[in-house]
Amino acid sequence: MPNIPASSRPDGDPRYTLASLLAPPQLVRLAAIGAVVGAVAASFAWTGGFFSPDRLDQTRMIDAFEAANGPHPGFRRNHAKGVCLEGYFDSNGAGARLSKAEVFQPGRVPVFGRFALAGGLPMIPDGPTIVRSMALNFSLPDGEAWRTGMNDIPVFPLRTPQAFYDQLVAAKPDPKTGRPDPQLLAAFQAAYPETVRATAVIRAHGFSSGFANATYNGLDAFLFTSAAGTTTPVRWSMEPVDAFAPAAAAPTADRNYLFDALIARVHDAPAKWHLILTVGQPGDPTDDATQPWPPERERIDAGVLSVTRIVAEGDGNCRDINFDPLVLPDGIAPSDDPLLSARSAAYSTSFTRREGETKIPSAIQTARRP
Amino acid sequence: MTRHFSLLSRLLHWLMAILILAMLFIGVAMVSSLSDYHRLVSIHKPLGILILILVAIRLVNRLFNPAPSLPAGMPAALRFTAHASHWLLYALMFALPLVGWGMLSAAGYPIVLIGLLHLPPILPHDAGLYAALRPLHTVLAFVLFATFLAHLGAALMHAVVFRDGVFQSMTR
Ligand code: HEM
Ligand code: HEM
Ligand code: HEM
Repeated sequence: MPNIPASSRPDGDPRYTLASLLAPPQLVRLAAIGAVVGAVAASFAWTGGFFSPDRLDQTRMIDAFEAANGPHPGFRRNHAKGVCLEGYFDSNGAGARLSKAEVFQPGRVPVFGRFALAGGLPMIPDGPTIVRSMALNFSLPDGEAWRTGMNDIPVFPLRTPQAFYDQLVAAKPDPKTGRPDPQLLAAFQAAYPETVRATAVIRAHGFSSGFANATYNGLDAFLFTSAAGTTTPVRWSMEPVDAFAPAAAAPTADRNYLFDALIARVHDAPAKWHLILTVGQPGDPTDDATQPWPPERERIDAGVLSVTRIVAEGDGNCRDINFDPLVLPDGIAPSDDPLLSARSAAYSTSFTRREGETKIPSAIQTARRP
Repeated sequence: MTRHFSLLSRLLHWLMAILILAMLFIGVAMVSSLSDYHRLVSIHKPLGILILILVAIRLVNRLFNPAPSLPAGMPAALRFTAHASHWLLYALMFALPLVGWGMLSAAGYPIVLIGLLHLPPILPHDAGLYAALRPLHTVLAFVLFATFLAHLGAALMHAVVFRDGVFQSMTR
């Protein structure tokens, strides 16, 4: 369509006047432009999930944690009760066979992290069978980092984010009875047989007596890439130097007896763990954290983690860190496990919400101690 | 008098138009997807920094290669709106990636682009700062999208309603 040269009449060109815009042929063109702009806006809204409010996304997932546990502003939506750790990792170089990541070169890297109890209740009393966790940040050269969150159970009870969500909904206490609805729980178990199997494995495994003698497992599989370019599936664990002792049957009168024992233990001498890399073989599931790998798989001891200090959560320390399991160094990549991207997304949403909320002191305080 | 943008200006305009639209769509897609989150956020960060580099080049180019003048007959209010919206777009093209980089710094994340390529933090690790910048990133992204919609509408007005050569100044 030819362009009519713009006139340079100082009093304005008539084509820009309202009257000429309202002429019928122009109105049709204006409507067409409106349709184009509207279609672009609608596709943006569609991409953002505006038209699919029932899709399980990170907002709904974190809402489900809040609904199940009640509001606890300023705290993590899961693994809410915790304390910060400091220390270092001495790599012996054995992990370099599998991964080119700096952390596996021989030498020492600083570490900070967090011990916690699973669950969204920041003031819950310690108990012998509440899942315990260790989250770590290895600070590598040039601003690189490796973050991981590990639990003291041998497998994860849920295979997919949807299963996790459905469990949160099913296990939510009924406001009338204060307990989960048994019918909902039964329906959940019928829908997720792998959770029933994994729960049996977890029960059979048992819990240790404290934080310092627990084995923490990464559970999800990751892909390690060596300097030569070979890729290997790996699951990692932190195995304690302190001897295993089974958990006591009942908690003590001290609401924080597990954390208090940890603080006293680390006050005496550094607590230590071996970083064990379990090497997956073809056929071992990388996309299913509910299934153990065969016990005969090769295990590489990559070095020793020493925890030298326990500090209460506070401004700028482990409290204000997101132990996103996909903060990985070059040489470690996510596997096809559907939990991994979902964890990264959900932790980010939990982190964003809690960082914007007023903080109250955590249950575990360390400053009073000598 | 030149009636169209220089070749470099046009190349930058269209390349960045594609990248910025992609960023906006990737952004809203990733914050509403559990399964695609990681894949998309891993594209979002390096692409956002690329946009920051390109807009810096584009601003320098803009100072050396001024835009062709608008039709003399265009009413003053329209000209003002056109110029103001262009500078608003420039401001947002700088602000969004800077806020993105800043909020990751304030959150204490390593800022990974690809492989071993990392950026240093530009702000201290601070919960309050992150809590302010993260929503700002969202608000600015929506302002950018709204400004873009107006810009698209205006460009099409020039093309099919006014037919005054302004659209062609960016397409030819
Ligand atoms: C889709 C599945 C999962 C969801 C939705 C989920 C959810 C969450 C959330 C919301 C947090 C709090 C994050 C924060 O505010 O910083 C958290 C923390 C944590 N999760 Fe998960 N989680 C999942 C799977 C797992 C798995 C498989 C493991 C074990 C390997 C795990 C271990 C941990 C640990 C150790 C923490 C505490 C980290 C810390 O101390 O900061 N989670 N989880
Ligand atoms: C597909 C959609 C787009 C179309 C059809 C379009 C069209 C145009 C046209 C015709 C012009 C020339 C206006 C003039 O002569 O002053 C222009 C300029 C401009 N456009 Fe776009 N544009 C689009 C997308 C974008 C996007 C996404 C951005 C960035 C956010 C953008 C930023 C700009 C800027 C800043 C100018 C002013 C030129 C300068 O001073 O460098 N455009 N656009
Ligand atoms: C032109 C540049 C950019 C545009 C248009 C853009 C756009 C967006 C949009 C639309 C969102 C979703 C906001 C929401 O709905 O809450 C988003 C989120 C985000 N952006 Fe950007 N962004 C840009 C640059 C960057 C840069 C340079 C970085 C970091 C280096 C970055 C990091 C992020 C992160 C981390 C999130 C949110 C992830 C989460 O909360 O889980 N962005 N961005």
